[in-house]
Parts: sequence; structure tokens; C-alpha cells
Amino acid sequence: MIRATALLATLTALPLHAQELVVYTYDSFTSDWGPGPLVEAAFEEQCDCELTFVGTGDGAAMVARLQLEGAGTDADVVLGLDTNLIQAARDTGLFASAPDDLAAPTLPIEWQDDTFVPFDWSYFAFVYETYALDTVPTSFEELAASDISIVIQDPRSSTPGLGLLMWIDALYGDEAGQIWADLADNIVTVTPGWSEAYGLFLEGEAEMVLSYTTSPAYHLIAEEDDGKSSAIFDAGHYLQVEVAAALAASDQPELAAEFLRFIASDAVQSVLPTTQWMYPAYETELPAGYETMNIPGVALLQAPDVAAARRDAALALWQDALSQ
Amino acid sequence: MKLTGWSGVVIGALILLGCGAAIAALIGVSGGDLTLSAGDLAAIRFTLTQAALSAVGSVLVAVPLARALARRRFWGRNLLVTAMGAPFLLPVLVAVLGLLAIWGRNGVLSTALTAIGAERLNIYGMTGVVMAHLFFNIPLVTRLLLQGWATIPAEHFRLGAQLGFGARARFRLIELPMLRAVLPGAGLLVFLLCITSFAIALTLGGGPKATTVELAIYQAIRFDFDLPRAGLLALIQTGLCLGVATIAMLTGRAGEARAGMIRPVAMMGGAGRWLDFTVIACTTVFLAGPVVAVIVRGVPALIDLPSSVIEAAIRSILVAISSALLSVSAGLMIAIGLVRIGLARPVLARLGEGAMLIVLAISPFVLATGWFILLRGHVDPFAIALPMVVLINALMALPFALRAFVPAVALAQRTDGRLADMLGLTGLARLRHVMLPHVRGPAAFAAGLTAALSMGDLGVIALFGSTTTATLPLVMYQLMGAYRMEAAAGAALLLLILSFGMFAVIDRLGKTHDPV
Repeated sequence: MIRATALLATLTALPLHAQELVVYTYDSFTSDWGPGPLVEAAFEEQCDCELTFVGTGDGAAMVARLQLEGAGTDADVVLGLDTNLIQAARDTGLFASAPDDLAAPTLPIEWQDDTFVPFDWSYFAFVYETYALDTVPTSFEELAASDISIVIQDPRSSTPGLGLLMWIDALYGDEAGQIWADLADNIVTVTPGWSEAYGLFLEGEAEMVLSYTTSPAYHLIAEEDDGKSSAIFDAGHYLQVEVAAALAASDQPELAAEFLRFIASDAVQSVLPTTQWMYPAYETELPAGYETMNIPGVALLQAPDVAAARRDAALALWQDALSQ
Repeated sequence: MKLTGWSGVVIGALILLGCGAAIAALIGVSGGDLTLSAGDLAAIRFTLTQAALSAVGSVLVAVPLARALARRRFWGRNLLVTAMGAPFLLPVLVAVLGLLAIWGRNGVLSTALTAIGAERLNIYGMTGVVMAHLFFNIPLVTRLLLQGWATIPAEHFRLGAQLGFGARARFRLIELPMLRAVLPGAGLLVFLLCITSFAIALTLGGGPKATTVELAIYQAIRFDFDLPRAGLLALIQTGLCLGVATIAMLTGRAGEARAGMIRPVAMMGGAGRWLDFTVIACTTVFLAGPVVAVIVRGVPALIDLPSSVIEAAIRSILVAISSALLSVSAGLMIAIGLVRIGLARPVLARLGEGAMLIVLAISPFVLATGWFILLRGHVDPFAIALPMVVLINALMALPFALRAFVPAVALAQRTDGRLADMLGLTGLARLRHVMLPHVRGPAAFAAGLTAALSMGDLGVIALFGSTTTATLPLVMYQLMGAYRMEAAAGAALLLLILSFGMFAVIDRLGKTHDPV
């Protein structure tokens, strides 16, 4: 028991700093192979402060944590909310306006938000191995009519899963139930998160996986494998835009604003394509290989308040159709 | 001794209070309407069904397996018994990928089937969920049953043989009484473990019809931030489990183990020999397949793992050892307390043990979130992240420790208790001379299990974690999230090696001549 207490004591020791910016983000951002370490080193050099990333699981966990902590949160900035979470985040009333001298982001849609600053984005898409499919579907109808096996994520536990839900909702509205019912026999399984789904896909459990149009870039650039591609649907692709925002209760408001400007700068934006495997949100040169990525003709995104309002109904349609 | 008994009761009560407080904190955070939808009811039904099937299935396979292992001696038997710990120690996601490498649509069996022109296997759905739970829990139940068999004195078998017992009489008169004492608890343990199944049910369930209550809780906490709803679901889940636990603990009966004086003798040849070895061979193949798949996938990436993986591994080991020490100390004290109560009020003691097992059925998400709410404003959440992980892991492993300790402590009390009373042995002296010889094996088993379980835990750390607290499973998960599946497979293998190594070493430390 004494030894256990001693071990506990050593585990609790954490350093403290005076001039410190605390940024909540999701885990994969802060990992060695994510952009976190590069961003931290570059920002600390310019700000003469201590930048602390706190990985909080995923984007949804981050909002949950902010709601738990309320205005007493230690966070100065949150980084990595997705468009579907913006409304819930806004409703907490914890956020401050973004600095007004930021450049306009280069997204395929119009972006107007005075609080949430986009930093990267991509299109949701079904990714496949080029050798495995003879005909690639160009719509949800074609996919549903085919016998192609797919693996998707659960919209109740995963942001890409929620993205697919809103994608089909944006295209089909109240008729979405029919599409889901038709897709049911294509769906091998529904996983709790992106990692499980992508892992199953790479193990050959399904021919297609819900991921991003930029996913093949990882295989092309990091693995020199050009055998993955994304299916482009004529009706359009839903966007995932990841955003950052400063907290109103921050004890470092200037530092937080400086950080938001910093993530819109080339220093951060240029590392995103090969760490996040997403498009940068501001004018930046893309690494070689990205020019081969498929680009959908139509970009879809529902406004945060619309998406939030439609979510429960869309979820009910999904659940009914797939529970048959 | 009296003091030790009471401290166990106090600790047990505190734990139950802590769990109750976590649920109450969620519900109490705001009012809100607390109603159940049709979907919630379907989720409750599915959760109970899959858990019951998994528990019954595990027991049905584990009884013949444990019986065969208890009766036979063969080359590599001890190694096999130790290695059977491996499936239980795999992180869920790794085990699922291992299972799919064998049973999946693109697995070994499907590939073989398509080669002869047959259909691919499709295990997604209830089949897959139960199969994965069997994979995890058969080894666990088998280990618990082996301990049960070890409590049958060899004299009983010898006497039975002299009296000319056939196989049926031997089973009914010697083995069945032991099974009646051990099986309800072991089955209940599996049932409760499967109740909080989250990733398995979701990944292998094939869709939303395979929704567990745990997912609904997760969704309520993470996506809807509907804490009262999460609390209500947790309350219902706990209530149902409490009901099942009460029934299970009351149908069982206290063990009547007596210590034998002679060494157990293995059966050589004789009736049922081939059946025994067939059972051993089949379950070994079933359990080993996915583990071999994990090893094969991980080996190529094992040599050049990123440095952060090593750091996380060291942190995980510290967490694991702390949890194990905490869990074993608390488990032993509670077991002594329960046995003490059992002397006067046997039913109350069994209900108390059942209540402690319920801890398993409380979602770690609920515990973590509830305690977070309670501690908010009093302590720095970053500072308590790792201690919280240690505490919750120790708590989650406590039921295993109890399952291992209670029979051993009861045996110690029954065999040497009266002598110790007469000699006036109390406190530490009694612990050292009366308890220790009996609980050494179970303590090592429980410590090894807790350590290994904490190594593989993801749930708690994912809620509380931050960069400075990443553990090995979390890093493995991050690698997967960053497309690096090969590196993740390497990290998974490292995790398996460390968990299993820790389990095997600690388990060995407790080995005496007993055949468990």
C-alpha cells in the first residue's frame, strides 16, 4: 500500500509555468506523427511562452470536457472541432470572437464565422483499392444497387460517421431513410471510429471505407502506393472543416489571438497536408502527389445550426433503416 | 485480524459509495426529462441477450476444458495454462483484428472456403459479438475453474476410485459440488464483463441493431452532453446487473473446500482420454489463431517503433504495477471482510460479493465523468489523470481479485482459522502465517491480471488523458488514427508482449506445487 502511494505520488508531479497557453486538441494532433510537435516548437520560438497541448480524445470529447469544466476551464484555445460540433460548442457560450485581421480561408464554400477559424478540411468520400473494383459508383444510388461491400462509422460515436449522416441528409432530406435501407446490404459493419473502419478496410474486410478524398495521399506520399483512390459522386461531397477558437475566459487573450493567427500562417498550414492528410485552409503550396487527388465537382456543407437541428431526425432515419 | 476484516468492509462500502456517487453526480447535474425510448429498450434487450449468451457459452466450453486440463498431465501443459491468459490481455481492438484475420470476410477461413468454391464467412452480428466474447472469456473462466478443481482434495478422487465411482458418479459427487460453488460467480463475472462491451459490440455487431447500453451512455456523454440521461442509463444497467448478480449468487452455494494432504495425481489413459485431448486441442486452436495473427502482423514493425511508443510503454508499466498493488491490497482486505461476515451471515456475504462484482457493470465512462464532476474545482484535472486511471483500473480489476481471493481466504479460515484463534494469532502475524500460504497463488494471479488489464486499458485514459499521460494503448490507437497501421500493429505486439510478460512473471511468482 505504501509503495502504491509512492508510485501514485510520482505520477502526479507535473511542471507549472507562468506564461502558458493551454490548447485543447484531439489526441492524434499532438502525437509524434501529427502536426503538434512542429507547431509547438515553431510557436514557442515566436511567442516566448510555453505552449501546452492537452489531448482530449476526439473533437466530441473536447466539447464534452469544455461543458464539464465551464468557464473555469484551463483551456485558452481549442483546436480541432469539426463543423458538426460547432453548434454545440457555440451553445456553451464560452468562446471569444476570432481576431478580425485574419485572411479569408480558401475553402470550396463560403466561410463566414466570427468565432471559429478553419485550419484544415477535406471531402468525405468512399476510398477503395483500384485493383479490387471494376466499376466505381458515381452516386449513393449506384453504390446501393451494387454488391460492393462498405464499412462505415457510427454517427453516434464518430465524426466521419456523423459526416456521412449529414451528407446523405443534405442530398436526400426526408428521403434519406430509403437510401440507408438500400445501403443496408452493402454495409459489412458500423465501427465506433474512423481507425477501426480504416483498419478493417486495409485488412480486406470491405471493398470501400468512408474516409476522405485526401486519404489516398497518405498511401501515395508516405508509402509510395498509388493503388488507393476515392469514388467521386456527381451529386456532391460533404465537407469536413476543422476549426479552432479562443475561449472568452482565457487569462491569455492576446496570446490566444496570436496563436489563431499563427495557425493560419504558412508555417502551420504547410505541414498539415502531410501530417493531418487534409487540405490546408489557407493559400499554401501543396506537396507533390496532392495534384493526383480526385476533386469533387460539388461541395456540400450544412450551416452549423441547420446541421444541429436536423441531426436527431437524420439519426432516427439511419437507426430505423439499419435496424431492420 | 478483526481490524483487517473491518477495514475490508469499510473499503468495500467506500467503493460502492463512490460508484453510486458517480451515477448520482451525473443525474444530479441538472433536471431534464428522464424517459426511455424504444431504441433504449432495444439496446437494453440486446445488451442482456449478448451478455447472457456469452456467459453461458464461455461456461459450456470452459467446464470440459478445465476438467480436461485438471485431469491430464502432458508436455507443455503449464505453458498452455499460462498462455491461455493471452487473449484476455489483448486490447479489444487488437483482438478484434486478430479474430477477423481468422474468421473475417477476408480471413484465413474465408480464403480457404472461396478456394473450394464456398461462400465467404460472415460473422458480423450476434455471432461475431458472442464469438469475440468467448475468445476473451473462455480462458478467464477456465482459470477460475482450474482453481476450483485445485480445491478438491486429491483424497476425494482416490476415495472415489476405491469405492468404484464411474465417470458419472465422480462428476456428480465430487466435481459438481465444486462447480456449484464456482460457476455462478464465474458466469456472473463474464456476464458483467460483457455488459459494458462497447467496441466489440459495435465493430462486430454489423450495425445499429447491435447497440449496447454502453454505446448509448457514450453517446449521451460525448455527443449530446445529456448527463442525466447517461446517469439514468447507467442506473438501469446497474440495477439489472444487480438483479442478475443476486440470482446468481443465491443459486450458487458456498464452497466446502478442504485441504488435502496428498499431491494430486493425474489420470493416465482411462476413459475420456481422447475426448479430453480433443477439447484441449480445439479450444487451443480457437484461442491461439487470433493471437498468432496479431504476432505475425506486428513482427515487421516491432524493431523500429517510434520513441514515443517506448515512453508510453514505460508509463503504462508504472500504471499497471500501481493498479495491481492497489487492487490486490484492497481485494485481499475485502475478501477477509467478506469471509468474516460469512461466518455469521453466509447469505449476506454472498450478496456483498455480488455487489462488489457489480462494479464491473458500471461504465468506466460514467465513473470517470461522475468523478470528474465531483472533483471539478477541487483539484487540477490534469494532475489527477494518471492516478485516476490507476484507481479506475484497480477498481475494474477488483472483481477478478475478489473471485480469486474469496475461496482461498475461506479455505484458510476453514483449515487453519480455528488453530489460529486458539493461538491468539491476529493482525499481521495471522496474515503472514495463516493467510499468506493460502492466498499466494490467487494474489499473484490477481496481480498479474490487474497489471495486464491496466496495460491494455483505453477507456479511462482516453477521457482523462493529455499528451504527458499517453499510455501504450492510446499511442497505438493514435498510430491507427494517423493511417500508420503497420506501426500500430507493432505497438500492439509490444503491448501483448509486455502485458503477457508481466502476467506470466507475476503469475509464476505465486506458483507453488499446486496444479493451477
